[in-house]
Parts: sequence; C-alpha cells; structure tokens
Amino acid sequence: MADDNQLITAQGVEVAFGDNVVLSGANVNVRKGEIVTLIGPNGAGKTTLVRVMLGLMKPTTGTVWRKPGLRVGYMPQRLSIDPALPITVKRFLRLGVPEKVTTNACMQVLEETGAIDILNNPMQSISGGELQRVLLARALLRQPELLVLDEPVQGVDITGQADLYRLIQSIRQNRQVGVVMVSHDLHVVMAQTDHVVCLNQHVCCAGHPSQVSRHPEFVALFGDEVASTLAVYAHDHDHQHGLDGHVHGEHCDHG
Amino acid sequence: MDDFILRALLAGVAVAIVAGPLGAFVVWRRMAYFGGALSHTALLGVALGFLIGVEPAVGVTLVVVVAAVLLGGLQNIRGLSLDTLLGIVAHAALALGLIIASTLDSVRIDLMAYLFGDILSVGWGDVIWIWGATVLIVAVLMKLWHGLLNATVHSDLAAVEGTNVRQMDVMFMVVLALVVALSMQVVGILLVTALLIIPASGARAWSKTPETMAVLAAGIGVIAVGAGLWSSYQYDMPAGPSIVVCTTAVFVLSLLKLPRV
Repeated sequence: MADDNQLITAQGVEVAFGDNVVLSGANVNVRKGEIVTLIGPNGAGKTTLVRVMLGLMKPTTGTVWRKPGLRVGYMPQRLSIDPALPITVKRFLRLGVPEKVTTNACMQVLEETGAIDILNNPMQSISGGELQRVLLARALLRQPELLVLDEPVQGVDITGQADLYRLIQSIRQNRQVGVVMVSHDLHVVMAQTDHVVCLNQHVCCAGHPSQVSRHPEFVALFGDEVASTLAVYAHDHDHQHGLDGHVHGEHCDHG
Repeated sequence: MDDFILRALLAGVAVAIVAGPLGAFVVWRRMAYFGGALSHTALLGVALGFLIGVEPAVGVTLVVVVAAVLLGGLQNIRGLSLDTLLGIVAHAALALGLIIASTLDSVRIDLMAYLFGDILSVGWGDVIWIWGATVLIVAVLMKLWHGLLNATVHSDLAAVEGTNVRQMDVMFMVVLALVVALSMQVVGILLVTALLIIPASGARAWSKTPETMAVLAAGIGVIAVGAGLWSSYQYDMPAGPSIVVCTTAVFVLSLLKLPRV
C-alpha cells in the first residue's frame, strides 16, 4: 500500500446474511490525521461496516487492508455492565490494556477527555456523557493510531454533544490520529469532517462534506430541507435509486 | 471429630473455593439458568457412567462439558429464546438420565444421593480428586482472569483489544462444567446453582472490585460449608440443603447493605 500515512482501507466490502445483502460495494480509506464519517439511516450497514473494518466480522466479499501493527482504539455503540459486577472507572480503563497500567496513566487520559473527577466512581453510577468520555479515555490509553467511534455522542444531551465533538476534534489535532466515526448528526458531520461516506446498504455517495450534501441520493435520504441548509456545492451523480434502495444503473431495464 | 465429617469438610471447602469465583462470573454474565441447565444434565452423566462402567464423576464431567459446548452453540439459534432452549436441554437430559438409570439392572443408583448430594459419604479418593480439580481450576482461572473479565464486560471491545473472546467463552464453559460436576457431590444436582450464585450475590454488597467479590464469594461459601455441616451433625439435618440455607442467610444479611432504588 501507498504511503506511511495510510492507516486502513476497505475495498469492495459486501456483507450478506444468507440471501440478505446488508452492505455492498463499500470503500473507505482513512489516513493519519483525517476524520472519516459514516452516515446513513438505521439499517444502512454503518455498524456492519465498522465491525468489518475492526476485524470483528469477515466480509462476504472484499478486503480490508490495515497498516501492519496498527493500534486501534475502539468506542462501542453500547456498554451496559451488569449491576452485579463491581467495577470502578479506573479498573475499567485498566482492563483495556493487557499490561499493568499506572494510576497516573489513567488520570492522564481522563484529564484529556475531561472526566478526571470520576476516576474512582463505580461504572454503573456515571452519566451517559461521562460514560462516553470514559470509553474514549480507554481507547486513548492504547496510544491508538486509529480511533473507531460508533455513535460517540449517544445518550448525551445537546450541549454535551457539541463538547464531545470538539473533544474529538482536538484529539485528532493533538495526537494526529485517524478517526472513523459513525454519526447521525449531519450538521456536525458537515462542519467537522474531512470525508463523508453516506451509506444506504451500499455507498450512496462519498466525498468532501460539501459535495455529499448536494448529492441527489443524500437529498433523497435526508430530505430537501436538511440538504439545502448543509449544501454549498453541487456535483454530478451517476445513479438513482428504486424505492427499496437498490441502484438503477445503465443496465437496469426497469423503473 | 469423626473421620467422615473431616472428609466432608475438606471436600466442601474445596468446592466452595471454586464455586465462589465461578459463581461470580455466572452472575456477571447472567448465566444462572445456564448453570442450572448444566447441572440437570449431570444425572445423564451419572447414568451413562454406570452404563459404560466408568466412575460417575468422570461420566458427569464429560456429559456436562459436552452439554456446555452444545448449549454454547444453541445460543446462536434464532427463533427460540435462550431460556426456552435451556429448559428443553435441561429437562430432556434429566428425563433421559432417569430412563437410563432405570434400565440398569446390575446396579441400583441412589437417585436421592445424586439429586440432593451426599457429602457425608465422600471417601478419601473423592477428597483427593476434588482437591486436585480445585487446584487446577484456580490456576486456570488466575491465568484467564484478565481476558475473561474483559470479555464479560464487553465482548467486541475485548476482541478489538486482542482478547480471544471465543476461546474465553469455551474455556469458561468447560471450567463451569467441571465445577458443576464437583458441586454435585456436595449439594446435589438440584442445588448446584444455589452454591454458584448465592455466595456470589451475597458478596456483592461488600465488594468494590471484581476480585474482592470473587474472593468474598469463596469465603462465604467456605463459612456456609462449615456452618451447614456443623448444623447437620448437631441437629441431624441433611448436609447439602443445610449448606445452601447457610449461604442464603448470608445473602439475606447482605440485603441490608445493598443500596435501594
């Protein structure tokens, strides 16, 4: 693969469960210091694509190339620890790394994500926003080159969401990590992302946010109003969709 | 002290030591019914053991390990919920075990002893194999602890961080099967789950880390074995059930300490 800055590349990824194709023809490429965002409606295959890229799941066809020895920090979409499991934030952070981690190292990453006060609190007692910051801290503790964030602002109130996105920005800046992020928040995506991949079981459109927001498929997915508040730039499109989301190309003889 | 009480105490203490931490994982992973289903299959192991002429303990261990792996596979079946599948496997195995037991002409299996435990009749040979298994299980648990705990908290996150989650799940089930085979001798098939989940649940109130909970659970189990055997000896009560009642007493006490909603 090309240069040193290349972190991960997914090419022609297709995932099918039996006859049910949930994702096809997905290409994603992440470079050092770049934020790539996956957007799309529920069931579009965003989390599936993330799982394939993380190696948690094998694609039916297609390949995923990772930089050899790539260190990945992952922030899962959901975390619910059984109330019967007594575990503090500090202990939870330490679980993420096989070697012994000093309290100091734990404090440093919590400081970075703004959750230093809850170091010794039980995991089950912290708020949604604090949980996201702890998960982010655990990802950072591994000194990652690539951060994979599956809906990082889930369960966080509006002001907290803005704070979290700012935090992700500053982490990218300070650490020069590559970021893959699944997100619903289009405004933030458009403002803070280098590259957008819009999924609806296949890649609808991909590119710089300003291009994507004018794409007819994007407009169809998210509505005219949303698109027009986001758009600044138009470009040509090469295919259209049936109602079920499948692609009408030149070889389509219906619709 | 009478010899048989000493043997019972030694066997019971060993089983309590492994049932504590294993029970903690059963509680954390919400697998209480899984443990129950496994213990029901143990009777099939006893019957098969007699049928092919091996020690019941060997038959039980083998059958329970097979059932554990089988149940692990069944978890992936869609269309029926896990608790239904567990109920089916548990009772089918129990029924099959009872049928096989009834067809054995040459031996009469003391069903009551297997269903409710017969700790007062363990021999020195049993004590040795129970302690051997205990040392082995504790060693395996300590080696796997970090990975097992990580996989319990969040399996995907653990996998990304390099834990072999599948291997952890299989190892956990195999060890759990071994513990079920051990516990059966102390409290019997019907009360095995109690020995796993009650000490662990009782330990929750006084624990701030997973490790303290595991150790405390073992401690509660050991105390309950002592107290249960003493009351059994003193008041002529059945030993296995007495032990379970003692763990329950500690659990009830711990309720005073647990926070309320």
